[in-house]
Amino acid sequence: MEENIKKDNIRKEENLVYIKTKLMTDKVLSYCPGCGHGTTHRIIMEVVDEMGIQSETIGIAPVGCAVLAYEFMNIDMQEAAHGRAPAMATAMKRLMPEKFIFSYQGDGDLAAIGTAETIHACNRGENITIIFVNNGIYGMTGGQMAPTTLPGMKSSTSPYGRDVATMGNPLKITELIAQLPGTYFVTRQAVHTPANVRKTKKAIRKAFENQKLKKGLSFVEVVSNCNSGWKMAPVQSNEWMVENMFPFYPLGDIKIEGELVK
Amino acid sequence: MAKVRGEIVVDIERCKGCEVCIAACPVNAIGMSKEVNSKGYHYMQAINDKCTGCTNCAIVCPDGVITVYRVKI
Repeated sequence: MEENIKKDNIRKEENLVYIKTKLMTDKVLSYCPGCGHGTTHRIIMEVVDEMGIQSETIGIAPVGCAVLAYEFMNIDMQEAAHGRAPAMATAMKRLMPEKFIFSYQGDGDLAAIGTAETIHACNRGENITIIFVNNGIYGMTGGQMAPTTLPGMKSSTSPYGRDVATMGNPLKITELIAQLPGTYFVTRQAVHTPANVRKTKKAIRKAFENQKLKKGLSFVEVVSNCNSGWKMAPVQSNEWMVENMFPFYPLGDIKIEGELVK
Repeated sequence: MAKVRGEIVVDIERCKGCEVCIAACPVNAIGMSKEVNSKGYHYMQAINDKCTGCTNCAIVCPDGVITVYRVKI
């Protein structure tokens, strides 16, 4: 009896439990196989879809791997100059306070060239959401060392591993901005397992809902893999991330409702 | 006890063969194809009837190529 159920009978509209949200366009993502950017894009769009704010949301694309994010997200988007997304988000939010504004940035964009914009937007407490994808490397340009590269981690410009004595320490920008009075919600998540994807989605939802409260900036860091830059297979890079990235960048909420919790 | 039966439908042309879904599947119901799509990637596919429709594979899929159906039997 059980074996008699044919596949065609299961593939029906009423049995559907998961389908890619319509807010993601049908274009093939420009990311490498296994890259966390795709998952992050999709869960942001799922949150926007579930909140029903497609027409009220404006995203800001960075420079980096996600430079073409506006091709994949079916919402209003604007491309910002390298690192200047928080400044652009500030202007948009002030001109259109009823809209939901988020910037989507990588670690080269947010933690290197855009450090000043990030810190000042956070310090001013703009009512925007910043999604920060941290993979510890400049993925788009060929895997060069980024401010977030771990000590001893190999990249194309630190082929013997990052030497802290000459190349400096990695920048924990999320902990840094959590100290600022303007931030309201700061968290660090990941998207490599189903459980983490669900947690990240909840955090992003909270970050969007916080914009209504007008109490400050919400910042969601997503620790991601860069299998091409790290020269690993996707699943192997996820394991490497768990073993090496998470001890340095521990997951969890750092600031909730304006209070430091870590 | 009611049993569930799941079924996945894969957008073969968009799958990049990263195998993240295989690591996420709790019942080992997913494998890679021997054939390749037009871009040269091996794509994921169901290899047995163990699927329970838990949606784990679809949730971690970076390219969102998986659609999941579930039915109680």
